[in-house]
Amino acid sequence: MQQLNTYRAGPDERGHFGIYGGRFVAETLMPLILEVEKAYAAAKADPAFRDEFMALLRDYVGRPNPTYHARRLTEAWGGAKVFLKREDLNHTGAHKINNCIGQILLARRMGKRRIIAETGAGQHGVATATVCALFGMDCVIYMGQTDIVRQAPNVYRMKLLGAEVRPVTSGAATLKDAMNDALRDWVTNVDNTYYLIGTVAGPHPYPAMVRDFQSVIGQEVREQMLAAEGRLPDSLVACIGGGSNAMGLFHPFLDEPAIRIVGVEAAGYGLDTGKHAASLTGGRPGVLHGNRTYLLQDADGQIQEAHSISAGLDYPGIGPEHSWLRDTGRVEYVSVTDDEAVAAFQQCTRLEGIIPALESSHALAHAAKLAPTLPGDHLMVVNLSGRGDKDVATIARALGDEHMGGLV
Amino acid sequence: MSRLSARFARLRAENRAALVTYVMACDPDRATSQAILDNLPAAGADIIELGMPFTDPMADGPAIQLAAQRSLAAGGSLKVTLEMAAAFRAKDADTPLVLMGYYNPVYAWGPEAFCRAAAAAGIDGLILVDLPPEEVGELLPHARASGIDFIFLTTPTSDESRLPTVVGQASGFVYYVSVTGITGARSASRDAIAEAVARLRRHTTLPLCVGFGIKTPEQVAEVAQLADGAVVGSAIVQAIAAHAGTPQAVAAPLDLVRTLAAGVRGTRK
Repeated sequence: MQQLNTYRAGPDERGHFGIYGGRFVAETLMPLILEVEKAYAAAKADPAFRDEFMALLRDYVGRPNPTYHARRLTEAWGGAKVFLKREDLNHTGAHKINNCIGQILLARRMGKRRIIAETGAGQHGVATATVCALFGMDCVIYMGQTDIVRQAPNVYRMKLLGAEVRPVTSGAATLKDAMNDALRDWVTNVDNTYYLIGTVAGPHPYPAMVRDFQSVIGQEVREQMLAAEGRLPDSLVACIGGGSNAMGLFHPFLDEPAIRIVGVEAAGYGLDTGKHAASLTGGRPGVLHGNRTYLLQDADGQIQEAHSISAGLDYPGIGPEHSWLRDTGRVEYVSVTDDEAVAAFQQCTRLEGIIPALESSHALAHAAKLAPTLPGDHLMVVNLSGRGDKDVATIARALGDEHMGGLV
Repeated sequence: MSRLSARFARLRAENRAALVTYVMACDPDRATSQAILDNLPAAGADIIELGMPFTDPMADGPAIQLAAQRSLAAGGSLKVTLEMAAAFRAKDADTPLVLMGYYNPVYAWGPEAFCRAAAAAGIDGLILVDLPPEEVGELLPHARASGIDFIFLTTPTSDESRLPTVVGQASGFVYYVSVTGITGARSASRDAIAEAVARLRRHTTLPLCVGFGIKTPEQVAEVAQLADGAVVGSAIVQAIAAHAGTPQAVAAPLDLVRTLAAGVRGTRK
């Protein structure tokens, strides 16, 4: 394992994190990708852009949100002192809005009036539809038919916000297929359209740009832990689909070698069943959706369908910076099953009165395993990346009628 | 001289453009696909693009997406694609064969080993939609070492400042994607193609083949007046889909190719 002076310098000027990342897109999109890169570099250097971004995060999203000491989970798990970063309290109910605010400001700077996005659980679609309403832009959301069924309330929210939701029926009709169709739209409408990617994946500069916008999560945790405990946390835990909430929490802490950082993938029915979404644990490097990263694929390089009870984690790839952080050993990557996530969902709901998203429940499920092995003065921050109201019907199906008192 | 250079030299001598036909390997099944492939030259194809199936064909419209799904369901893979190419090459020493698809299966095989295997199977060129000039460095030396032309795609969005980057490393021919969009969708106007060809001619002396949205003999004839080749893909793939499992499974797509071939053969450049 290599020991680097810094884990925060990437990507290089070609968008590579080690061998990962890059710009693997059709030539039609290349000039636009280069334009996005240039526009983002200019925006990043412009204090007025940062000021407007931060003002919207404060006044519209409701940041900073708390880093909350979860006393009853701490007590139940019997070890580390557990804090929850409350991204669920953001406007629209998840961390996704942080990135959407940043990118809609960039799209406006670039003079684009039509926004497209892919969505899995619908959280990114809702966040995108929200900022499009706020800025008066046209909005088209691609969503797999399977996800439309399991996340119906979010579909309705997007429509209320004025977005057109286009069902995607190819493949398994989930997030990967929605991303394919979004790319097909972009290549067709390259002149007037901005693709608002929802996670730290896709061609450069998206992985770095989305990470930068989400890094507000980790920056707040740093300040809040210093204020509350007088020191930095000892460990960080976050769930990973594409990996944007995790990258946002992790990135400001990567160069603090004493901090243990853990990313939690979705093991679905179990890693040995082949029905999971754990790209780092069960995949190998490949090229899809504009970047090189760990992918679930067969020997021929055909992409395999992911499975997770959580629509937001149901993707056969992962952001390229996570692939690099895995190979360098800086971040530990583990996985938890559907059943473990559902159990953590119930425990958090009952003990803290907080209904977590099924995605975030994966982070909680691993924290539940880790916390008891750690001393009482160990400070652990778990990213509660979103609220779980959207998942209530899925949970009801998973638990069955008897658990719901006949309400299902 | 490579097969592609030899073919374009002969077509120049005949004063006509090439009909470039695309079929997906193993669509709808291996035997039918091989029979179609083997008979494409006799039906009038001057150059053949053989599609490599991929689960996530992001630049393709529904026709080729479905072809890839049929191929994979029938056991299609990169290995099968090369085996079919080798079987074709055993019977036809002259018709250039160009593989077209996406990078991940090639990357999974290993770029160096794959280029050697493709050359051994009689492959002359390689088109990888999602491997732009910015990333091609990891494959290009291996393709060249194996005598395979890497075919670069140019598009309506490749402007004057970008074209040198794209065609600077090209060999074989330059592919012009005539519309912004996916395969099998809209078609470019004659004027737009003429303007683009003139722009490209300022940057390269290589043959120019125009594709995307070309479906009829009339469109083929129109492109044949302007460029060195007209590529037809989705229309042939749709004919394969429409007749799969019928007695016309092989004959119908070849009949279509014959009518398309009249578009290049009746047109003087």
